[in-house]
Amino acid sequence: MDVDLFISQLLNGLSSGVIYASLALALVLIFRTTGILNFAQGEMALFSTYFTWWLTDLGLPVALAIAISVVASFVGGAFVERVIIRPFEKSSPLVIVIATLGLFLALNSLAQVIFGTDAKQLASVFPHTVWTVGGVRVSSQTVGLLGMLSVECLLLWLLFQRTRVGLALRAVASNPESCRLLGIRVGAMLMFGWGLAAALGAVAGAVVVPTTEALTAASMQGVLVFAFAAAALGGFDSPLGAVVGGLVVGVARALTIQYLAPLDNIELVMPFAIILGVLLVRPSGLFGTARVERV
Amino acid sequence: MSLLEVADLSASYGAVRVLHDVTLEVDEREIVVVLGANGAGKTTTLRAISGLVTAHGTLRLAGESLLGHHPENIARRGVSHVPQGHGTFAELTVDENLRLGAYRRRQRDAVAADLERWYTTFPRLASRRGQQAGTMSGGEQQMLAIARALMSRPRLLLLDEPSLGLAPIVTRELFDTLRQLNEELGVGMLLVEQNAALALQLAQRAYVLEAGVVVASGPADDLADDQEIRRAYLGI
Repeated sequence: MDVDLFISQLLNGLSSGVIYASLALALVLIFRTTGILNFAQGEMALFSTYFTWWLTDLGLPVALAIAISVVASFVGGAFVERVIIRPFEKSSPLVIVIATLGLFLALNSLAQVIFGTDAKQLASVFPHTVWTVGGVRVSSQTVGLLGMLSVECLLLWLLFQRTRVGLALRAVASNPESCRLLGIRVGAMLMFGWGLAAALGAVAGAVVVPTTEALTAASMQGVLVFAFAAAALGGFDSPLGAVVGGLVVGVARALTIQYLAPLDNIELVMPFAIILGVLLVRPSGLFGTARVERV
Repeated sequence: MSLLEVADLSASYGAVRVLHDVTLEVDEREIVVVLGANGAGKTTTLRAISGLVTAHGTLRLAGESLLGHHPENIARRGVSHVPQGHGTFAELTVDENLRLGAYRRRQRDAVAADLERWYTTFPRLASRRGQQAGTMSGGEQQMLAIARALMSRPRLLLLDEPSLGLAPIVTRELFDTLRQLNEELGVGMLLVEQNAALALQLAQRAYVLEAGVVVASGPADDLADDQEIRRAYLGI
């Protein structure tokens, strides 16, 4: 086996894994705090990405456009929670699933109405350089993506483990009624969580599009499916699981394309076969918690 | 002026009315117990006071109306509710649980001092600071829930069946602690209990709820001597 080829495919897989991981992190954030699987997560990211593109189209540098879009997405995500999700707070989970599916369709259509249906190009925020390290080609894109994911993880960890608001977010995930009895505004925390997820989505969208041919209304759909797969693999309540799950799915996909190429489209099946295998053994995912509770 | 004034309070779940014109009072520094069978409306009374259940009538804390306020705001005004089944954050550590009790307080030094104070009062919590709350025993979690409630420096503590699921010796210990806290802090307590015998020893006054109606009230000692109460709630 050609080791260099294997390593370069591994790196390829890790880059796409970073993107799945980012979006999976957003899914996990919302699921942990609200118990909702947000099917509109991908389209929220799509909308953010169109907004980023629009800013660059106005002449803003990509990095600045992403920064503005992240902030705007945070506000937008909080708004979505308050206006679209909150009214269904007391409804059955099924109703909320339908609401997020409705949001999926609405955001997708709205993006096309506002920004047009033609394919857009979005420049990458990372420089295009390729280094050769001992026969393996390493692109600055891959390094940039992995660096970005590390920074995201570090910031999230600091937020959740080291700040007062992060502690309250974890408390809301654990027992919202107790939070209210302690004077913690649960609604504000949920808006914060949705805002955070939307901001993560904005980052994910802005880095995924340059790795594909163009930004279209369908850009995030495939990514969302793999992000869901990543979250299921890692455990829906585990941010660490989302990251590991994302990277595993990305690598599995890349290696399958390389080594099982004769079987057309097998790369779409392989990650899910792995996930099925894992979930058979560990139903709550690799890092998900089967809740321990004594009463 | 009484600390808590409840008058003609009624509450419903959908079309079912569970509280009918409940009237009760808790004075400053007083411990009051509400007795009653399952389904008498004891828990609903507490939930109405802390704003978790919509209610009508009169509801005042130190003269200020609480009616129609969100639980968050009622908590901020000094009502600390320890719900049935203690309501600890099972996935968070003991330390994090206690810090969340002081979430509304901004003075870090005072919060840190209170934290140490409750660790001294409840040494078993101190030795489990970094442990997940959900892995502790029922009695320990009840202690944690009470300490967490005290971290907010409440004026009124609502306790919903703190003895539920605890061994008799643990319950006795818990009630001793409650008496001590009441004497030291002067915090008013409204307690809902199934364990009438112990609760009547702890409380100064008591109310008896039956099907959402207050059917008896008075000094705890008098109720403890009342033949009918003894038969119905003390099993004697």
